[in-house]
Amino acid sequence: MVIRKALDLWVGVFVAIGLGALLFLALKVGNLTTFSSAGTYLVAANFDNIGGLKKRAPVKSAGVVVGRVEDIVFDTEQYEATVTLALEKRYEFPKDTSAKILTAGLLGEQYIGLAAGGDSAKLKNGDRIKITQSAVVLENLISQFLFNKAAEGNKDIK
Amino acid sequence: MAAFIGFLENLGGRVTSAIHRLGFASRFLLLTLQNSGMSFRRFSLVVREIYFAGVLSLIIILVSGLFVGMVLGLQGYDTLVRYGSSSALGVLVALSLVRELGPVVAGLLFASRAGSAITAEIGLMKATEQLAAMEMMAVDPIARVVAPRFWAGVISMPLLAALFSAMGVFGGYLVGVRVIGVDEGSFWSQMQAAVDFREDILNGVIKSVVFGVAVTWIAVFEGYDAPPTAEGVSGATTRTVVTSSLSILALDFMLTAFMFRGT
Amino acid sequence: MPKNPASDNLVEVDNVNFAYDRRQILKGINLTIRRGQVVAIMGLSGCGKTTLLRLIGGALRPTRGEVRVDGRVVNKLKHKEMYALRRRMGMLFQFGALFTDLSAYDNVAFQMRENTDMPEELIDAMVLMKLQAVGLRGAHHLMPSELSGGMARRVALARTTALDPMLIMYDEPFAGLDPVSMGAICQLIRRMNDALGATSIIVTHDVAEALQLVDYIYFMSDGQIVTEGTPDELRASDKPFVHQFVHGETDGPMPFHYPAEDYRRDLYSGEP
Repeated sequence: MVIRKALDLWVGVFVAIGLGALLFLALKVGNLTTFSSAGTYLVAANFDNIGGLKKRAPVKSAGVVVGRVEDIVFDTEQYEATVTLALEKRYEFPKDTSAKILTAGLLGEQYIGLAAGGDSAKLKNGDRIKITQSAVVLENLISQFLFNKAAEGNKDIK
Repeated sequence: MAAFIGFLENLGGRVTSAIHRLGFASRFLLLTLQNSGMSFRRFSLVVREIYFAGVLSLIIILVSGLFVGMVLGLQGYDTLVRYGSSSALGVLVALSLVRELGPVVAGLLFASRAGSAITAEIGLMKATEQLAAMEMMAVDPIARVVAPRFWAGVISMPLLAALFSAMGVFGGYLVGVRVIGVDEGSFWSQMQAAVDFREDILNGVIKSVVFGVAVTWIAVFEGYDAPPTAEGVSGATTRTVVTSSLSILALDFMLTAFMFRGT
Repeated sequence: MPKNPASDNLVEVDNVNFAYDRRQILKGINLTIRRGQVVAIMGLSGCGKTTLLRLIGGALRPTRGEVRVDGRVVNKLKHKEMYALRRRMGMLFQFGALFTDLSAYDNVAFQMRENTDMPEELIDAMVLMKLQAVGLRGAHHLMPSELSGGMARRVALARTTALDPMLIMYDEPFAGLDPVSMGAICQLIRRMNDALGATSIIVTHDVAEALQLVDYIYFMSDGQIVTEGTPDELRASDKPFVHQFVHGETDGPMPFHYPAEDYRRDLYSGEP
């Protein structure tokens, strides 16, 4: 039954390296180590324009990922975008934290950046971030640039 | 006019018999699942089949994975460097492999190597009356021959896909970092930031399990249903490879559309 | 258990019809086989002999009529009962149908391992005994691909009789064998039958061997039994069909030529 033993050995090796490959992918290639199952609390923020922000976009503060965008809905009363942020429970933010929509790199994906304020009271589940800054929309930037250019031109003429 | 009607009749007949066959295949799958008790009580049967389906496919999977990863490294760099984003090479290689190429290409290779072997084996056993002999000896061939091979395929597929992806990432690393000179740190760090365990890796594993079920189901069914002649078995083997490959690609589209929409 | 004289018949085929794909293969077969007999079912290829065997074994269901083995109606048995009955039947397939991935030893041990709880030592003793009976104990380690046709057939016989079945069926056991192997198989069939107290059904068109070996013969043609009798009766028969078969005449009720047009016309017409 030597063949039997060799067979079992090879199958064992196969399954082992298969699982090893899966582990490698999960840890080295993916972000399993930063995958926190600690739980999150929800906070809302309104924006005039969310630009290219998508669900599951990262929420960063000081460059570190502290949560994810949970949901984006259109508020029919204020005609604004209401973004729900899921922040990790271990990170607490003061009540006067501000939220900005920033872009990673020049043409990268958009994310939310939180800048902490000075309030001693902390944001709790269901609270709202009052100070927000919308995304920079490229068209507005261009039109503003052109407008400035035109204004300068006028000044010269005058 | 008569020829056209004849053509329609022929087409209609083909479609009905195809649906007929699909129904038979589904019943066969159900039978296989129902008779899987023996496969788990006597796991050594499954282990033996994992050897023949999985272990013997290792070489082709590992080598192909390596080459695909290396090509991704080359082609990826060539395109990314134009936008100054060559540091994102790791992201490109990893996501391509884990989401798509790993499950799909490993599935296609598995179908042609192991799938065709399973079909040929079962078909040959049918042609040489071994299955009938087993039945006459009061041993259900579906429980003894078909089910272990089915489960072996389902178990082997995700492992092979993971190995393919891992080898591919390594191949991309070899070419990108070692040969071309992309920064090693940003290769891995950007990759880790961009590849999400739930979204990408887990979805890739789910895909490979689905492919495993599809390919092995087709392989065992074609073998069991093959006409007991030489041409019958060879036709069945060809059908296995063709049908499996098309199924993998179709299922991949459906799964991708379902899993990766909107993000 | 006292034997009921009425159930002296082990196998009863009662007006069995069988059709497949709209083709009528068996048209009203009636036959009985008594316990302990060795019976041959003979006829040309394609007359339905193998189908009849499959029906007796329960692999197929008749479209009409009944097949009774040991008093039980085979086609009405539930799955478990069918398998219980099958354990008492053995079938030797045309070229042995040995499992190609198992050695001769493992092939013979297969039924014992799958269907009984016998400990391995007991199985070992029985396997060697069965192989000894067919003269191949020394070849127990060989794989089927390493066996000659005759040897494979003998190992298959050992496998078929592994659990001492009460009914043994043979599908063309003499096909393609050299004279020595043929003689060996012939002897073994008779010896096995008598030693086990079993009943045997042999499907064959090997006239010489069959007439020597069996107790009773059923002749089939085109899905029906055309004649039956003991070997002596059939040898002496003057029925043209039987006469042609027994004496191997090329022409008779079974014509040599496949139906075709007039020969001269075909040759000279110029059309293919």
